[in-house]
Amino acid sequence: MNLPWRSIPLWLGALCLLAIGVAALAAPVLVGSDPLAMVARPYLWPGQNAAHWLGTDMLGRDLWSGLVYGARVSLRIGLEAGVCTALLGLAIGCLAGYFGGWVDNLLMRVTELFQIMPSLIFTLVLVIILGPRVDTLVLGIAATAWPNVARLARGEAQRLAGMEFVQAARVIGMSEARILWVHILPNALMPVLAMLAMLVGHAILTEAALAFLGLSDPNVVSWGSMIGAGRDVLRTAWYMTALPGLAIFFTVAALGLLGGALNDWLNPRRGGLQ
Amino acid sequence: MSVLSVEGLCVRYAGQQNPAVDDLSFSVEAGQTLALVGESGSGKSTTGFAILGLLPAQAQVRARQLAFAGQNLLGLSENALCAVRGGGIGMVFQDALSALNPLMTVGEQIAEAVRLHHPVSRAEARARALALLKRVRIAEAQRRLDEYPHRLSGGMRQRVVIAMALAGEPRMLIADEPTTALDVTIQAQILRLLADLQAEAGLALLLITHDLGVVAEMADRVLVMRHGRCLEQRDVLDLFNAPQHPYTRQLLAACPPVGSPV
Repeated sequence: MNLPWRSIPLWLGALCLLAIGVAALAAPVLVGSDPLAMVARPYLWPGQNAAHWLGTDMLGRDLWSGLVYGARVSLRIGLEAGVCTALLGLAIGCLAGYFGGWVDNLLMRVTELFQIMPSLIFTLVLVIILGPRVDTLVLGIAATAWPNVARLARGEAQRLAGMEFVQAARVIGMSEARILWVHILPNALMPVLAMLAMLVGHAILTEAALAFLGLSDPNVVSWGSMIGAGRDVLRTAWYMTALPGLAIFFTVAALGLLGGALNDWLNPRRGGLQ
Repeated sequence: MSVLSVEGLCVRYAGQQNPAVDDLSFSVEAGQTLALVGESGSGKSTTGFAILGLLPAQAQVRARQLAFAGQNLLGLSENALCAVRGGGIGMVFQDALSALNPLMTVGEQIAEAVRLHHPVSRAEARARALALLKRVRIAEAQRRLDEYPHRLSGGMRQRVVIAMALAGEPRMLIADEPTTALDVTIQAQILRLLADLQAEAGLALLLITHDLGVVAEMADRVLVMRHGRCLEQRDVLDLFNAPQHPYTRQLLAACPPVGSPV
């Protein structure tokens, strides 16, 4: 189980994410102003004013401050939604794959029910009904993204259920619940972990898409809400959408690189583990 | 009294015409080894799983008697069966690599098996795991405790599997092709280990195999199976000296005698 230390994508992705993560954590140190406060003349272009080097938006809010504080919200939503998606999918997939029979049938029909709905529209409806807040955004994203994870985990659990160590566990008198917890879950977790980076990237993109449509938590700044706000002045002041857009691009690209490298490492079918 | 006594065991899979096991009767005494012999698909393994109640739901198991240490196993609740599995009857499998969880260390897995049947602390379970590893004669047991299965050789893995089977201090072992996946020298070591353990604890051993060499070395009694039926059941010397059933004679003839030109 050696990490591919020489892998360039791994390093590039990890360093990029680390930088963004540190910026998000150190937001109060990095920027002096509240991202929602009007601190200067509106429509300042980047580089026009040294005190606000990335410029200001149409209400005179500092864009650099918005980007750094927005990283907090976007990363938080991405991480929370990604982890929720993984846990939900893992639980349902493992139950279905391990027990098989009617449990499998029932859970897989439910999974398909979720899969046949267009996911963005489904998330949209959920967020509209529940009201756009950070926690409802997380819920809305996780509620539509889990079926893929469930299918992956189900396949793994089915494979594992046929393995002799599971049979051996039954033979030494382990209960079904304990077998699921000790043998199935940890083994099915590996491929899902490899998928986690992609899930986080997907969640950040979905949050941005929702915010672009005006569905973002009005009390906090996220990259998505910055894009949503800048949409109206796209032709005259395109930098207001381009800057948070670039932030999303780099974050999701870094997650993609990291996810690919982790997949190579953790995926047993590529001969990484063992 | 026999440790295990089986009478008229029938197993039938739903939708199949012929039963997988048909009217099988045998018993195993403490300290004795009974070998179930037969070709693939003759119902040997099915018999082993039927005893432990581990066949899938579509298999129908009936028997006039299926008793372990005087306790009827048919109709036991799942919880009571869990106590018998491992606690009363241990089982050793053919493929020792896939019989171990790749993500848990050897020590953790044996300790887990210990704690299933004995309410002991983690430290105590670990100490017992170490004792079990020593009992199955693994070299450098202390170091092996914290190693993952893929770092061990095939023979060592099989020893670990046997240690796990012994964790619940069973009175009987079912060994399903325990040496088939191993090379010849390791086979001999594992068979000797099983024989020693049997002598130490007076274990009853049900040995499932197609290897007549193993049978000659280990068994007291032999039961020859074909198509789920018992063809003959006799003491091992009688069987090798004067096989009665034509199929047994064929089976013995298929094995080249020692010293014959290849």
